[in-house]
Amino acid sequence: MVKAFVRHRGRAVTLPRRDVDTDQIIPKQFLKGVDRTGFGPALFFDWRYRADGSPDPAFELNSPAAQDATILITGQNFGCGSSREHAVWALMQFGFRAVIAPSFADIFTSNCYRNGLLPVQLAAAEVDALIRSSEGGMREIVVDLETQVVQDDGGFSARFRADPYGRELLLRGLDEIGRTLLEETSIAAFERERE
Amino acid sequence: MSKPRTLFDRIWDAHVVREVADGVALLYVDLHLVHEVTSPQAFAGLRRDGRRVRRPERTLATVDHNVPTGDRSLPIADTIAATQVETLGTNAREYGIELFDLASPGQGIVHVIGPELGATQPGMVIVCGDSHTATHGAFGAFAVGIGTSEVEHVLATQCLVMSKPKNLEARITGSRAPGVGAKDLILALIGKIGTAGATGHVIEYAGDAISALSMEERMTVCNMSIEAGARAGMIAPDDVTFSYLAGKPRVDIGNIERWRTLRTDRGARFDTQVTLDASAVAPQVTWGTSPGMVADITSRVPDPADLPEQQQDAARRALDYMGLAPGTPLAGIPIDRVFLGSCTNARIEDLRAAATVVRGRHVAPRVRAMVVPGSQRVKAQAEQEGLDRVFRDAGFEWRNAGCSMCLGMNSDVLGPGERCASTSNRNFEGRQGKGGRTHLMSPQMAAAAAIEGHLVDVRGW
Repeated sequence: MVKAFVRHRGRAVTLPRRDVDTDQIIPKQFLKGVDRTGFGPALFFDWRYRADGSPDPAFELNSPAAQDATILITGQNFGCGSSREHAVWALMQFGFRAVIAPSFADIFTSNCYRNGLLPVQLAAAEVDALIRSSEGGMREIVVDLETQVVQDDGGFSARFRADPYGRELLLRGLDEIGRTLLEETSIAAFERERE
Repeated sequence: MSKPRTLFDRIWDAHVVREVADGVALLYVDLHLVHEVTSPQAFAGLRRDGRRVRRPERTLATVDHNVPTGDRSLPIADTIAATQVETLGTNAREYGIELFDLASPGQGIVHVIGPELGATQPGMVIVCGDSHTATHGAFGAFAVGIGTSEVEHVLATQCLVMSKPKNLEARITGSRAPGVGAKDLILALIGKIGTAGATGHVIEYAGDAISALSMEERMTVCNMSIEAGARAGMIAPDDVTFSYLAGKPRVDIGNIERWRTLRTDRGARFDTQVTLDASAVAPQVTWGTSPGMVADITSRVPDPADLPEQQQDAARRALDYMGLAPGTPLAGIPIDRVFLGSCTNARIEDLRAAATVVRGRHVAPRVRAMVVPGSQRVKAQAEQEGLDRVFRDAGFEWRNAGCSMCLGMNSDVLGPGERCASTSNRNFEGRQGKGGRTHLMSPQMAAAAAIEGHLVDVRGW
């Protein structure tokens, strides 16, 4: 079910890497379940924990400031690879509401909009500026889906363009299946014509 | 005179039930393929909301991702995986969906069995909760990977809501040198355009190098469209396609004349065009942790400092993970494991090509090599041809069908630091096992590496 997203203010954590694939976001050993819950602790598992199971202090998400972060700022082509929606579930269950990056993989984007995680695509220079301004303590960021603007208290402001259909799903927290089921007459007519 | 259309435009237009917003369509799905890993939450959602599966007869299920490839007479040792497999069985029975379970002679990787059954056909819209669904595009279908929420949506409505992707033409011309496979063409293309080079696009592969490919080779090419970032990949159907389909159980060959119209019109517009000269492509191997980190087998591990600045950090991380020093010749890198399998390269032609290299030779000492056929039917066919003996005599393990060590969800995994020559599709960190190091290549190249114990140019054989 999609969680509505209109405007969100929160702390950001940066993960300045490109091509972060969904195998890193949620490794395969966590895909064997039959539920949509319990993925938060497994987010970025192989990067987040050392061999003995302790958190790796060098990994960005283990910094004390990241613990209440709700916005992830990262590199281009985020979410590439496997279609596993578990990646979006894991990010949301960790606490993220938005991911800001220069680009996203297609299936990941689609999965985001169907759950309520907002993919915010900004120009690479804008993402770099946000990453630089986060050095020495992350400021809070505001992501507004209604106006499609990202801002922080330090004067950063950038416009983004969400997928119009995905935007509508998130702004209104729509049940997409329920909505499509209302199209039954059109679907049935389409089938009759072809079969 | 209507506007010239691409093959993709044509298939898209024929499946629009209704345009729900500008450029966004409610798209009808002809075939929905389902497997055990990305479907349980979708069925749970249907059950919670009291919804039915709208067209169970347009839905096919199999178990592939997490299943063991060893002795099938034993129960699945991993109890969590076993529950997931049983859950698919329960869901298939409850909703009336045809299932190829572990006991079925038709079981196999979902992207291998669709074409094998003839369920995959030209002009279709095909979806599956798996990114390698693009494989089916080899038949001139629009085949797209989706997430679990969309799986639930398709189960309930037989439709998908989608923004129309752009058109990209990848024109591959010239003839391949001996020893250069379809895998090398697609790896070279990904190396050229990058792993996000086709994001937001559907790739149509065209050109004489594509026409010259067999049906199974076309599947290898389309399979890895996602590794170039594409939403899907496709090839216009032709006589190669039709003769392949002619022998398949679920195909009505009377459709051929209709299928012949599935082509890109002269003058149709592509948003993006890329080209590749097949005659200049050497056997490819990956050196890093992204499929775009790929090079000719004759070259050396690159120095990150020589790469464009925005690629340097990722390359340094990759070389550190892979345990490789810049300047090391790729040919000669010692390996510990060989995996011949996956939806990319585990069809009968792949096994034949690898067997030709292996025949009469033996796997190098200390190398553990396995063959995991793409389906139980591929396995049976190979056994009929005696290929199993060729592999076993050479010291390969001969296993049952599944995704296996392509993603390591079962017990077929690399240990930390183990280096693998693999015919699969992803060399991501930990993909084949935590700490494992993957080099992607063609079946011939992987087979030669198994014999030599290190990466080697198969053209020298």
